[in-house]
Amino acid sequence: MSDGTFFTRDRGWHPPAFAPGYKTSVTRSPSRALISFPPTLSEQTGPVFGHDMLGELDDDLLHNYAAPGESAIGPRIIVYGRVLDEAGRGVPNVLVEVWQANAGGRYRHKKEGYVAPLDPNFGGCGRCISGEDGSYSFRTVLPGPYPWPNNGNDWRPAHIHFSVFGSGFAQRLITQMYFEGDPLIWRCPIVNTIPSREAVEQLIAPLDMNRTIPMDSRAYKFDIVLRGRRSTMFENRPEGN
Amino acid sequence: MQRLDYLKESPSQTAGPYVHIGCVPNFCGISGVYPEDLGGVMRKPEARGEHITITGCVWDGTGTPLRDAMVEIWQADADGIYPGNEPRGQADPNFAGFGRNPGDQNTGEWTFETVKPGRVPMPDGRLQAPHVTFWIVARGINIGLHTRMYFADEEAANAEDPILGRIEHQNRVPTLLAEPQGQGAYRFDIRLQGENETVFFDV
Repeated sequence: MSDGTFFTRDRGWHPPAFAPGYKTSVTRSPSRALISFPPTLSEQTGPVFGHDMLGELDDDLLHNYAAPGESAIGPRIIVYGRVLDEAGRGVPNVLVEVWQANAGGRYRHKKEGYVAPLDPNFGGCGRCISGEDGSYSFRTVLPGPYPWPNNGNDWRPAHIHFSVFGSGFAQRLITQMYFEGDPLIWRCPIVNTIPSREAVEQLIAPLDMNRTIPMDSRAYKFDIVLRGRRSTMFENRPEGN
Repeated sequence: MQRLDYLKESPSQTAGPYVHIGCVPNFCGISGVYPEDLGGVMRKPEARGEHITITGCVWDGTGTPLRDAMVEIWQADADGIYPGNEPRGQADPNFAGFGRNPGDQNTGEWTFETVKPGRVPMPDGRLQAPHVTFWIVARGINIGLHTRMYFADEEAANAEDPILGRIEHQNRVPTLLAEPQGQGAYRFDIRLQGENETVFFDV
């Protein structure tokens, strides 16, 4: 726990609440200004999750829903990276949760009605806890793009949803990872809620041939950056100082 | 001139309609991957303090309940100590401090079974009134919304709370007050937009 307060969130870098190109935001965005205050203990602290809660296959979406001896269908990939703060320090021991559609763009969710079939061996959820240097990884299948009712013919680019806890609740973040080279990225109304091209590019994971396992799985690198904390003279933990 | 070499925070994106798959898979029928959904149980029976339930709903700008939201809460224990990385001491080991709830798929209503939090000091030592931090994500919400729930039956503490005191339009303070419903039950409705819009914070 640091007594260093958080760097102020750059709200011009994040998407605004009201972004009419993404229609659902029209009635789900506050119309009043947010009220700012310097973080207190309520925002500087946050829940701590231990490795003991993880099952052996939690970070393996190829197998964590598959019948014994089976595996999910689709292009096999490894997604890896580090959870960092804005000062570039690894954020250790934080929970990273992911969810995604299967290789055909179909989610395992009762409110999802897309015609592409479910994969009986793919659930679509995974989680892991970052290591001492902030590193994390999981393996899965490359998710497919899928259509959604926004404008007449909108398709989400292939993406993986990420939910990340930091060491303080003010760092709480949910975002989406996209894949290098996907032509749907720049056509997507949800991506385009983000004001700048530079910020969108931060969510695009490059193909990493050096981490790709020959004859097995391609690798994509995705570093996640959480808010930084100002240093204090009172403590020297690797994270938070 | 030297260049500052800070990174930028990863831009937020909406949690989308299927946040349940990743965050509460058992709730949406994906069983056998995690033994239980995270944040489903906040307190053990022996947790210290007054045991309370908080029930509410998230409403959109048309007055329709969100049936696909995910609500998370974070709060101190009955003595005002946060579980986790707390510099001031050890919190009640029978209390988690963190709760996560997707709400009912038909009505959108959620309930947290928790304890009434104690008072937590500001950095300058002044005491905050008892409060619970809320974080709301859903389809259509591009960046998670932070708010706080205070207790309408803590009038004296609320009157001296430094955060409530910062709100220029004091007629909006009641949007942060949970109403007692008897028997340790509180009702807290969150209105995203329009009349009686809940106060949201940039922390």
